[in-house]
Amino acid sequence: MRLELRGITKRFPGVIANDAVDLVVEEQEIHGLLGENGAGKSTLMNILYGLYTADEGEILLDGQPVTFAGPGDAIAAGIGMVHQHFMLVGNFTVAENIMLGSEVMRGGGRLDRRRAEDEVTALAERHGLPVDPHAVVEDLPVGIQQRVEILKALYRKARLLILDEPTAVLTPQEADELFEAIRTLREAGRSIVFISHKLREHRALVDRISVLRRGRIVGDADPREASESELAELMVGRPVELTVQRAPADPGAPVLEVEGLTAVDPTGQVVVDNASFTVHAGEVVGIAGVEGNGQRSLVRSVTALDPVVQGTVRLRGEDVTATGRRDLLRSGVGHVPQDRNLEGLVGSFTVAENLMLDLWNAPPYADRGRLQFDEIDRRASAEVEEFDIRTPDVDTPVGTLSGGNQQKVVVAREFTGDNVLLVCEQPTRGVDVGSIEYIHGRIIAQRDAGTAVLIVSSELDEVLALSDRIAVMYRGRLLGPFRTPIAKEAVGRMMAGADPDDVLGVAREQ
Amino acid sequence: MSSEETPPLARGIVARLTSVSTVTTVLAVLVALVIGGLLVAVADEDTASALTYFTARPSDALTAGWRAVSDAYAALLSGALGSTNALSETLTQASPLILTGLAVAVPLRAGLFNIGGEGQVLAGGAAAGFIGFAITGLPLVVHLPLALLAGLVVGAAVGALPGWLKARTGAHEVITTIMLNNIIASLLAALLVTELFQRQGATNPISKTIQESARLPSPAGFRLDAGLLVALLVAYGVWWLIERSSVGFQIRAVGANAVAAVTAGMSAARTTVLTMAVAGAAGGLGGAAIILGASGQGAVTGTFSAGVGFDGITVALLGRGRAGGTVAAGLLFGALRAGGTQMQARTGTPVDLVVVIQALVILFVAAPIVIQSLFRLRRTGPGGPQVAQGWGA
Repeated sequence: MRLELRGITKRFPGVIANDAVDLVVEEQEIHGLLGENGAGKSTLMNILYGLYTADEGEILLDGQPVTFAGPGDAIAAGIGMVHQHFMLVGNFTVAENIMLGSEVMRGGGRLDRRRAEDEVTALAERHGLPVDPHAVVEDLPVGIQQRVEILKALYRKARLLILDEPTAVLTPQEADELFEAIRTLREAGRSIVFISHKLREHRALVDRISVLRRGRIVGDADPREASESELAELMVGRPVELTVQRAPADPGAPVLEVEGLTAVDPTGQVVVDNASFTVHAGEVVGIAGVEGNGQRSLVRSVTALDPVVQGTVRLRGEDVTATGRRDLLRSGVGHVPQDRNLEGLVGSFTVAENLMLDLWNAPPYADRGRLQFDEIDRRASAEVEEFDIRTPDVDTPVGTLSGGNQQKVVVAREFTGDNVLLVCEQPTRGVDVGSIEYIHGRIIAQRDAGTAVLIVSSELDEVLALSDRIAVMYRGRLLGPFRTPIAKEAVGRMMAGADPDDVLGVAREQ
Repeated sequence: MSSEETPPLARGIVARLTSVSTVTTVLAVLVALVIGGLLVAVADEDTASALTYFTARPSDALTAGWRAVSDAYAALLSGALGSTNALSETLTQASPLILTGLAVAVPLRAGLFNIGGEGQVLAGGAAAGFIGFAITGLPLVVHLPLALLAGLVVGAAVGALPGWLKARTGAHEVITTIMLNNIIASLLAALLVTELFQRQGATNPISKTIQESARLPSPAGFRLDAGLLVALLVAYGVWWLIERSSVGFQIRAVGANAVAAVTAGMSAARTTVLTMAVAGAAGGLGGAAIILGASGQGAVTGTFSAGVGFDGITVALLGRGRAGGTVAAGLLFGALRAGGTQMQARTGTPVDLVVVIQALVILFVAAPIVIQSLFRLRRTGPGGPQVAQGWGA
């Protein structure tokens, strides 16, 4: 199916999300859509999928203009979408999920499970996306769940498939498998729109790239010819430093010592299993791993958000296993949490209030219970300046800033003060390339100033770029830390459960 | 996958209610008055008979209807503000409403819904009354503050209990406060027939007479008493606590995003207990102000609160959880109550109209989209399109 968008414009109050966007996706083409967060990729795809109506412009499928009143129309027209967050019913089987909404029936309103399962098996085989139709979805790994989503679209006879940031939740190996499946779909005659902000993936997979910036298509590129830095410059609008410049670390005394740490989730399952590691002053230790392998629980236990079930945590030699969160933070620990909107910021609070969120009752911001607004504003202005936070003023609600600037507010708060330990979870998630460059620079600056830094990220490239030593978490167990440089492929295989001895043995041989 | 947690239902409602704009609130009151007017017109006998031949002579029905509405509202207005006596009555009615309103408003800011105002009023009033009749021989400057303090402390304890239950066990405060209302009402009924409380020789549940030295003084010739002063002082204190103190910062942070507050090192549990204690203290003072004031008639009864604790919910919602807004809403509803009594006396329009208007106001504040679409206002706050993301740096 050939898709053509002509002059699509979508305005929201005060913002033009899409500005006269022209886009052509040829039949049997994998078309990459590249752009920073907020560039208008999602809006454009939501218009294509019938979730929004464009203010201007038209959609043509195989040369015929179409209008969609809702996703139902788009699906009927042959458009399928795999959302970033899966739309699956966890306790249904694969077959049930796939037929949900277009159920196969026998007489009397009874479901024909058998036939649905056969159809799913046939569909899966035809497209090289093997799944067990009887498996319950919530028991499946994320990569397979995504496969179910794709099959769901194919089951509804999608001829154009939109994949919204499909690799965000995958290991490198799973991503490779996904790419292979996408290529197979192309061979079978389907068109694919591939949305991602990762330059490398576009270059590895797609046939043509369209770059969106501030709601406009700012250029098309051939992924075989354009370099990553050229694409980055197109995407951001200025030259970008893609690699992190850093000198070799000069580690000092141990700062964070974790010994035999075990943590359980609310259901009592062990999610961190006997983890031990040390972070020294002036070094960056990175923890890689696919999300959901216990990194989050590990960090929560180390930073006193969750109780430690077993084991000890020491900060500069002092046992802090039972220390409360507030006291821990105030003894020189900075923590950039994983989800800035949920954990890092109070969206309705001002920039100034968010910058002292963890010091709400500490001098000089509070004096005998009274907030000192002059001090609060003074600090806020200084940090807005120092961390280049783009905000109209310090009294602006932080929720109205862009993702990158919101993250800078969190970073500014956590990086200020006499930190001995800095814990950064997903420090650049959902942040534009320009801000990533900036935040990475600040992390290395903290290291060079003698702070012990612990980085947890599901972006393997980020962990590799920043860390002096790397550990991998897989199913609650901590592998490593290993000294860098280390082969990316080796880390990727450990993230998927390979034994470190085998992997590193192989890596050494290469 | 990232954890995009949806806020719990109650917190979502609270966020919506406290983010309604001032314009919408004022318009909600006006629309409620207009609809109330329509009800008055329809219920009016002259209008009803004129309506039977409406198609022949519509002007009759319209004239009669207009007269009924303007008479009723004129009576209401003069009963609320028309004379110094009317004004005194409005302010007298407003004082407990402001206090019970604050008892709901403070928890709203922490994301909590306090339905226990009624129980806090009953407990605080009973405690203040007990100090008022059980202790004799004290001068006013000692006795009155002591009685008020008793109301405050007992109210705070009654408020803190559901807060503690929530922090400790996760029991939802809406459920526990409602239950506590019934428990306290029954406890009070039981207390009032004990020797400790019951007036000698009385067969009905009424307490001993409160000493003059524990009564809130009134300016000569008026029913208005110093309860208004208490209400305004508490309102100022609440404003300062919420907007200016570090404790209030914590309350607001927990209310707006409890996860972020805990991540920043705050204790949501401690904040919950503290907030509910402050709320209970305001409610308890509301009860004390009634019992020790002019409308209390010098004794504790089982029904002295007359639902003022529940009206506090209305007042706080209309005031959008803010101290100033709550005072304004308390004054408005005080005026409606004082005026409503006059309206019934003078035009026969039932005072229940006031309850209807009150309910309509809350309906429109709780469903602001009705007002916003009626007046074509831009939607604000949660629920509007999420376009505030902006672009990268």
